[in-house]
Amino acid sequence: MVTKLNPRKIALSRRMKGWRLNRRSGFSDKIFSNLTFFFALVIVAILVGLLIILVRDAMPAITRFGFAFFTSSAWNPVKLVFGALPAIYGTLLTSAIGLLIAVPISLGAAIFLVELAPKWLAGPASFIIEMLAAIPSVIIGLWGLFVLVPVVNHPIESWLSNHLGGLPFFQGQIFGVSFLAAGIILAIMIIPIITAVSRDAMRAVPNEQREAMYALGATRWEVIRQAVLPYCRSGIIGGIILGLGRALGETMAVTMVIGNSYKITPSLFSPGSTIASTIALQFSEASAGVSVGSLIELALILFGVTLFVNVIARVLVWRMTSMKAAK
Amino acid sequence: MQFSTGPGYSRRKLVNGIMLGLCGAAAGLAIIILALILGYTVVHGISYLNLDFLTQATKPVGEVGGGMRNEIFGTLILVVLASIFALPVGLLAGIFLSEYASPRMAATVRFMADILAGVPSIVVGVFVYAIMVRPMHSYSALSAGVALAIIMVPVVARTAEESLRLVPNTMREAALALGITRWRAVIGVVIPGAMTGIITGIMLAIARIAGETAPLLFTALGSQFGIQGLLKPIGALPLQIYHYALSPYPSEQQQAWAGAFLLVILVLGISILVRWVSNRKRM
Repeated sequence: MVTKLNPRKIALSRRMKGWRLNRRSGFSDKIFSNLTFFFALVIVAILVGLLIILVRDAMPAITRFGFAFFTSSAWNPVKLVFGALPAIYGTLLTSAIGLLIAVPISLGAAIFLVELAPKWLAGPASFIIEMLAAIPSVIIGLWGLFVLVPVVNHPIESWLSNHLGGLPFFQGQIFGVSFLAAGIILAIMIIPIITAVSRDAMRAVPNEQREAMYALGATRWEVIRQAVLPYCRSGIIGGIILGLGRALGETMAVTMVIGNSYKITPSLFSPGSTIASTIALQFSEASAGVSVGSLIELALILFGVTLFVNVIARVLVWRMTSMKAAK
Repeated sequence: MQFSTGPGYSRRKLVNGIMLGLCGAAAGLAIIILALILGYTVVHGISYLNLDFLTQATKPVGEVGGGMRNEIFGTLILVVLASIFALPVGLLAGIFLSEYASPRMAATVRFMADILAGVPSIVVGVFVYAIMVRPMHSYSALSAGVALAIIMVPVVARTAEESLRLVPNTMREAALALGITRWRAVIGVVIPGAMTGIITGIMLAIARIAGETAPLLFTALGSQFGIQGLLKPIGALPLQIYHYALSPYPSEQQQAWAGAFLLVILVLGISILVRWVSNRKRM
């Protein structure tokens, strides 16, 4: 992750130029370095190819619907009218719920791991939380469908409906499968990412920061809140945005618990759709050029949004870690 | 601000206690969630896992019994295919990043690899559908292997690069001082020195793609007729778990749990093993 110039390595490679034992070895060196360069270019080519192919294949939908694709709520494969708004709404809503739940838990966990836990506990606890990230999303979806959704149905949604039913978010019929269930599942899936990145950011805070605050007589929490967190803010925000990128594109687990109805409603109890779940469910049934085109345009939107989000996150995390490297 | 044991001290101590307690609770909650997911999967999975599950093909809809033999094989085939495509690209790109690239070039390619790693896997599935499935007019194991390979490449490239960078420059210099060419120094000295890290990265990438489902939806598709070759649709364990999870039949839902158990053992087994080995090496 750390981009750091290694002066010795540069010096070595400069010295190597024009220093060849014979023409043949120079030639074989050239072949090998060009070979590695070629395969590095493959990575760039895949990324560029993704963009070009998605734009090309989304063209039937782009030319037919134009900007209306973003504002229409229709998804009618019979009449061939398609709009992305409910899917975009569902994606943003579930990701927002996911972040709302995951951020406090992840930050708390990261603080515990870095500042509070004794060494014998911090290692294993860290390891267990990282294992959570390794569980395949289809298994989290399976668990979500059979274990979480019934719990979301009752007591969570029934309680919210009874006590906070006056708010527009908590009205309407309760099914269990819902925006709320999808949001909770997303929270579970992004907690390990946000925790891991925040943990690394907090570890990068120099101890002098903490000691200076302690010397003033601050309590542990005051040290964390006023000396540690502000210092590594950009790293933590980078971690949160990385989590957001994952949440926006998560497919299987969300598809299994969101209920898949294509509509816009403020109620979190309502079944809904996300961009990814719409693609997952509709793609194999789509036949007409414009239906496939619309789904590929959805994929293009998802690609664009996650690209944007990931670029910001990478820059923030990178700035944080290079700051540490400069120390 | 006043930091003393003066007025407000007891309030500050109280806030301190509450907030630290909440942080501990948050860490506990994250661990409990993992325990719940694993616990349910293991308990449900073990009770439905039997020899038939490993040795029989799936039964037609509505019939009880059968197993996921073909899907288990399918997942193995897809992982091997993806590795064949991804390992040369990932490893050589990693070598380029660590050994040959100018700092600026390295930063650019590294950035691209990180961005590629962040592309949602369903988008990769759609991309491979567009470049392979549609032109070839058939869902295929081959296209699924390519989709998984695209997910695997950035992971392998970045971990390979990081392990290669850990090899001290003195090793490179010593090799070059013996008069061998640079590429032979890389292959004969630098890569063996970084082998543990490189293999760790490969294993973690395999663990990741073995459980991927979204990119298989419109590439592998799934198959009721077993494995028919690389240019035909193929079943895979995670894909079958997904289909059976949404099935109305309890017997199929039970098979989904059994499959999930097997997949968790595979994926977490690899992750834990790799971690254990690389930790021991470091000590």
